[in-house]
Amino acid sequence: MYAVQIENLTKIYGSGHTEVVALADATFDVAPGELVGILGPSGSGKTTLLTTIGLVTEPTRGRVVLDGEVIAEDGWPPGLDLKRIRREKLGFIFQAHNLIPFLSAVENVMIALENNGFGAKEARTRSIELLESLGLGHRLNHYPALLSGGESQRTAIARALANQPRVILADEPTAALDTENGKNVMGLLKKLAVENNSAILVVTHDQRMVEGFDRIFTFSDGRIVNETRNNV
Amino acid sequence: MNLALRDIRHQKSRFIQTCLGLGLLLGVVMSMSGIYRGLFTDATGILNATAADLWVVQQDTSGPFAATSRIPEEIKYRIRAVPGVAQASALSFQNIQSERHGAPFRFFLVGYELGGMGGPPIIVAGRPIRQKHYEIVVDRAMKIGLGEQLQLGGDDYTIVGHTAKMVSSAGDPVAYVTLADAQKIQFKDDNNAIRNSREKLASQLERLPVLSPNQASQLTPQIAKIVGSTHIANTVVARLSPGADLAEVQDRISRWNHYRPLTGKDQEHILTEGMIKKAKMQLGMFRGILLVISGVIISLIIYTMTLDKLRVIATLKLIGTRNRVIVGLILQQSLLMGVIAYVIGFVLIALTRDKFPRRWDLVAIDLQLLFGIVILICIGASLVGIRKAMRVEPAEALGG
Repeated sequence: MYAVQIENLTKIYGSGHTEVVALADATFDVAPGELVGILGPSGSGKTTLLTTIGLVTEPTRGRVVLDGEVIAEDGWPPGLDLKRIRREKLGFIFQAHNLIPFLSAVENVMIALENNGFGAKEARTRSIELLESLGLGHRLNHYPALLSGGESQRTAIARALANQPRVILADEPTAALDTENGKNVMGLLKKLAVENNSAILVVTHDQRMVEGFDRIFTFSDGRIVNETRNNV
Repeated sequence: MNLALRDIRHQKSRFIQTCLGLGLLLGVVMSMSGIYRGLFTDATGILNATAADLWVVQQDTSGPFAATSRIPEEIKYRIRAVPGVAQASALSFQNIQSERHGAPFRFFLVGYELGGMGGPPIIVAGRPIRQKHYEIVVDRAMKIGLGEQLQLGGDDYTIVGHTAKMVSSAGDPVAYVTLADAQKIQFKDDNNAIRNSREKLASQLERLPVLSPNQASQLTPQIAKIVGSTHIANTVVARLSPGADLAEVQDRISRWNHYRPLTGKDQEHILTEGMIKKAKMQLGMFRGILLVISGVIISLIIYTMTLDKLRVIATLKLIGTRNRVIVGLILQQSLLMGVIAYVIGFVLIALTRDKFPRRWDLVAIDLQLLFGIVILICIGASLVGIRKAMRVEPAEALGG
């Protein structure tokens, strides 16, 4: 079973002569354990694709199936619990890591687990294990302001992985990092995709990182214009 | 995980400063309530200390506190004879302002009959008045030591005792002398005036054709004595026997010419609804305005704090945080701010209450009511922030 299946996914903003087609008939599947890059210039529809899969933007047309559950079919099905699906099946990684500034590293991970019903004690134990596995055992109680860019991004990755989601959506995760840290993050995402059997979709401008992806979709004007596979 | 506490912990100094500012504001609101209660207590202080069932005053007046009332002292004997009256005493009241140590010195002088009603309710130092003349009991707030002298109406009075927390409706401390002394201070003319009035009387009598010069000279001192009598009181207070019908006694006295019998409740109404009504309204309005200002300030602070957290809220929404957690974050911060500010205000006022020049009464029901209002204001104020937070789109967490 695919982790993500999208068919003819289209998002149109406005109507009539103000109509803007942000995403047009995108169709592809992503298998569990696969690391997929979404490339393209600004305004090409990359982020719209990500937010549509992430249940943030409602598609105008098309179908999205997430881990076997239909989450969009010409719009969101009535009664769809968006927050539940985001909590249980999706993990998000952001360009600016978006850690909660008033929570320590471990608390930033804990909140994702507590959102999903874990008790404080268990959430803490799991968060510490996760952060230690990402090499942040010495930074557990540090606030985001005291973490380096790479450490912040690894904490954000830990938060995204906390609930072992089937799909991780990453928006420019290496944009704020130098080349070395960016490559480390990409290597980490690849390792986690395989280890956790999660599909990871990464939107990026960063050409330095393309060799790390299993597959790359290039977007232009809302359409997929190219699909390449890396034999890594 | 309590996000509200963690956010506050993260910006402690800002939160504490905000609470301090609000606490000062709430302290002012509390002091307004205290002053309001103090006004009431002051206004009814002498009334309650006298504990009279009836206050007989001059007809068509609302004396002796709210209006001038002069009645002959002797009427007390007639009042004592009314069935149901157990005790009746004449009292005199007057405001006195003089200078002491170069500063204005103001107090309220009560004249009472030794052993009668209306004397100092409590002596905290020294002793009560025992001699008919030239002894005085003063309130401790007048800051005159025992044994010191105070000049009144040309005579020196010795401070023999101190009373405490007795003030007039205007907030002036109260002093007590015997009725005879008070009458002398209030009604007796000075020597020049007496001499002038006697000469005037004598010349008028001499001009009367029906009187011989000898008769006129003999009548002059007798008439002068009657005219110059100081046996006048401002009121006669009466206490009834157990089981006596107040309305019946009041009705009986009201049938006499020239007198108006007011009950203790009537006096209380005159004092609280008449004399201090405007001050009470003023304080009430001021209190209301301050509460509205507090509400606006709390709303603005909570709204600003929410604006500062929009990206955090968007991120929380994107990672699936339930709305109640986000609502809790804003509501708990608002409530905590209100509660801490309330405690700061209370402590501040408790520490400074003795510095207030007028009475300041801390009443539990006022404090409880204010606490309830603060909680309601905090809940109301947080709604502005909650509304903003609920409108934040998870998509706002994306992008650089």
